[in-house]
Amino acid sequence: MPRALWTHLVKDLRIELRSLDVFVSMLFFSLLVVVLFSIAFDPHGDFSREIAGGVLCVATMFASVSALNQAWAREIRHQVIDAQRMAPTPGAELFLAKVIANFLFVTVVQVILAPIFLIFYNLHIEGQAWLLALVLPLGTWALVGNGIFFAALSIRSRNRELLLSLILFPIFIPALLAMVRATTAILTGDSDPTLWIKLLLGYDIIFTTASLLLFDVVFHAE
Amino acid sequence: MKKLAIGLYVAVTVALLGWAFYQAIYAAPDEQTMHEVQRIFYYHVPSAMVAFLFFAISLAGCIGFLAFRRNRPDWAQVSDAWALAGAEVGVVFCTVVLITGPLWGRRAWGIWWTWDARLTTTLVLWLIYVSYLLLRRFAAGPQVQTLAAVLGIFGALDVPIVYMSNRWWRTQHPAPVFGGGPDSGIKDPAMLAAFGWNVLAWLAWGLLILALRYHVERQHQKYAAQEALDALEET
Repeated sequence: MPRALWTHLVKDLRIELRSLDVFVSMLFFSLLVVVLFSIAFDPHGDFSREIAGGVLCVATMFASVSALNQAWAREIRHQVIDAQRMAPTPGAELFLAKVIANFLFVTVVQVILAPIFLIFYNLHIEGQAWLLALVLPLGTWALVGNGIFFAALSIRSRNRELLLSLILFPIFIPALLAMVRATTAILTGDSDPTLWIKLLLGYDIIFTTASLLLFDVVFHAE
Repeated sequence: MKKLAIGLYVAVTVALLGWAFYQAIYAAPDEQTMHEVQRIFYYHVPSAMVAFLFFAISLAGCIGFLAFRRNRPDWAQVSDAWALAGAEVGVVFCTVVLITGPLWGRRAWGIWWTWDARLTTTLVLWLIYVSYLLLRRFAAGPQVQTLAAVLGIFGALDVPIVYMSNRWWRTQHPAPVFGGGPDSGIKDPAMLAAFGWNVLAWLAWGLLILALRYHVERQHQKYAAQEALDALEET
């Protein structure tokens, strides 16, 4: 593994382990979304299986925005971001380190949230449950990859926290659709989620490549 | 001379719009199943074509800006003005499509909206370009052009994926059969003529607005550059 990537990754993980700011706020927020939706829809039986996939994905999406906003904002203090700009390493490594770190945060939140989710929605998985271990990471990668990229893009604007959601969500729509469809297909067991998993994989490949290629342009924009 | 040419173009465009209106409302024959409401087709489809063309111009502008920004700053500024003008006027035409579409759909299909591939793609395209315009509004300073160009490219990458994903979605869960829709070409020559005139008229009108918007943006860039130069000389 390239050294710069490793250094950035370890730094981000260490900060998060010491403060747990992002993790706690994300976990609590997604818990709130799950509870609010279950109160609003009163899920039971088949109906809960129908909507559970969508609720889980949307909860993850809203929760990760708080992490994504923090990702670059915490580098602004003490001009860390300027130092990172001047560092003689490729920006792609910094980008990838941030994506991996935030991907890990969101994944841990999902793992903790899953049992709570199963209890609140009285879920009984009809399809192949192990496929969820493929769908959720792929969807999360799509969200976090684009999110970190657009967070870097909006960092120097007014109302940057609002702007991130405004530019991230439209681009994320196809991945969200694929994630929700695949999750619902697995939960209900009615249809085959393979096509949606392929779509997610394609989305990840296309946008991760584009982000890696264009990250330096955005990061060094002057 | 230049003013005369512009005035002539404006006059021709207005005449074309009037002629196209006559063609669409009076000359084109009545459609068999949908009757009068089908005439909205002469506005809906040309607007969609113009919107897609302008989004393509915007994408070309974005790519041009990123390509020229290091070695040819003046070309980069021109590209950026095209990118902004294309996105802005494209959003206007796309809004027309999204308004006329449900009006027509309510009569022809009995529903305002359906999550069909083309409808969803158009809506997402509209959302992406509105977010592009918002970015240009919120992000200040000289880096906004670079950031906007990158977002424009990302948005364009997204469109084919949206289209494919919705086509698969619909093939998995077949939608009810839609009545009408001008599939498999227009058979009636009078209808085809009305359609052709409307495409031409709206394209001419769109290009006029696009050129005006481009001109305004270029003036804006020049004033900004002049202001920066003045500020430098004063200090």
